[in-house]
Amino acid sequence: MTGIGEMKPTRSPDGKSTLGIWTDVSREAVLDAGLSIGDIDGLLIGPPITEQAQMWPSILGEYLGVHPKYGNVVDLGGASAAGMVWRAAAAIDAGLARAVLCVTGEASDVETFYAPRARRATQQLPYREFEVPYGPMGVNSGYALIAARHMYEYGTTSQQLAKIAVDQRTNACANPDALFYGKPLTVDDVLASPLVVDPLHLLEIVRPCTGGAALVVVAPELVKESANAPVWLLGAGESSRGMMLSQMDSITTSPITEAAPKAFEMAGVSHEDIDLISVYDCYTITVLVTLEDAGFCAKGKGGPFVEEHDFTYRGDMPLNTHGGQLSFGQPGLAGGMSHVTEAVRQLQGRAGERQVSGCEIAFVNGNGGIMSEQVSLVLGVE
Amino acid sequence: MSDTATQYEKPLPVPSDISAPYWEGLNAGELRLQRCGDCGRYVFYPRSVCPYCLGERLEWVSASGRGRLYSYTIVRRAMNPAFAADVPYVFAIVELEEGPRVTTNIIGCALEDVRVDMPVKAAYDSVTSEVALLKFEPE
Repeated sequence: MTGIGEMKPTRSPDGKSTLGIWTDVSREAVLDAGLSIGDIDGLLIGPPITEQAQMWPSILGEYLGVHPKYGNVVDLGGASAAGMVWRAAAAIDAGLARAVLCVTGEASDVETFYAPRARRATQQLPYREFEVPYGPMGVNSGYALIAARHMYEYGTTSQQLAKIAVDQRTNACANPDALFYGKPLTVDDVLASPLVVDPLHLLEIVRPCTGGAALVVVAPELVKESANAPVWLLGAGESSRGMMLSQMDSITTSPITEAAPKAFEMAGVSHEDIDLISVYDCYTITVLVTLEDAGFCAKGKGGPFVEEHDFTYRGDMPLNTHGGQLSFGQPGLAGGMSHVTEAVRQLQGRAGERQVSGCEIAFVNGNGGIMSEQVSLVLGVE
Repeated sequence: MSDTATQYEKPLPVPSDISAPYWEGLNAGELRLQRCGDCGRYVFYPRSVCPYCLGERLEWVSASGRGRLYSYTIVRRAMNPAFAADVPYVFAIVELEEGPRVTTNIIGCALEDVRVDMPVKAAYDSVTSEVALLKFEPE
């Protein structure tokens, strides 16, 4: 990976379209990679959550003037961005493309995100028949069920979960692009925010917004085209399970237990080698379960682990140094991409005030659905 | 003037040929599950093949309707406006005595008394003349 482009998240679209956002961040990423648009021969797209269309690679390719030799939609929910990185690398490795542009983002706000969707009654999907009649609150209620069960099985507390949001907010206060920049937070603030879906408070839940992000994965011979230090994909692992929590063997353990070891093994590194953890955080509980399942601590010990470590950019275990989606914002699938772009930025030494010193190896995790789709990446500098 | 007060506006299940016996059972006050004639395991949600062994000999059997609360949340803001009058309500997963877990609501229990692992029993909530939803109340 050589080039990235990212839009500063905004609370509402302000006249921007999804295609317009994709175009802006794509242009930025291609130029950042030192390439021209004609060099791009692969296109991976994360589909917008609030817009429906088919053949997205053709739509964006036409607009940008890209004729992809390799085009795909990556439909892994929040894990799509991380999933794109290894798919791009695999296509390049197979000789099918040399420079793959990976694009995410959408024009959205909290109102359109939560607005009732058009009825699609003809689609007889199991979750519509066996879950929706009982009134879930989107995926919020699913993560709440995970949190409640984790508290029951392991004694995890709301204070421990809140601390994750607080450390990430400290990071966001060193990131002028974050939606919640300049708004520090305390554990008491989080616990005093309204319960939305017990045991989750409002400030433990991600905020949908507008934004976008893109990055370029290139063949080794194109690395020299960019002024930036290349970031190498050292290892990747992916594992998914079904959509409905009721169908999972355990809701407190995720397929990260399969994705992360694969990524570590391929990279030939261990947890002690990781300088930055950049993992999906739609809710506080997502981070806690990810830390356990990726092996940074023993299963069930996430609560005490959170208390023992400082996750800020100047702490002993820097995590989500851009603020995480909880404080940076969640512009559709670009929320998941923000964990990748932040890792690239840190590894390239371009993170400004929040730069982690000596950052050479990063662990990235993308998470889709209700801890269903999982993609783990290990990224490093040469 | 009109009697629209009884109109049910929340999402209703659309039974398929495969799931129809399940919904007919609930409407008759009986919880029915599929059981695989090959591997013997109980299956939920209703399927055309067993998700454990791919067997096709799935037979409908009566279940006890008893189980334990696997996890729950209290929904305090409605995403679908049709549920606005219900908040706060309990959205939950119950593990049935036979093994499968089901998504459901806990009713007939004060919010502060709901506990993970509490024993529960089926309550058949006839929301329309044709559809009963499977909910649970304290045992």
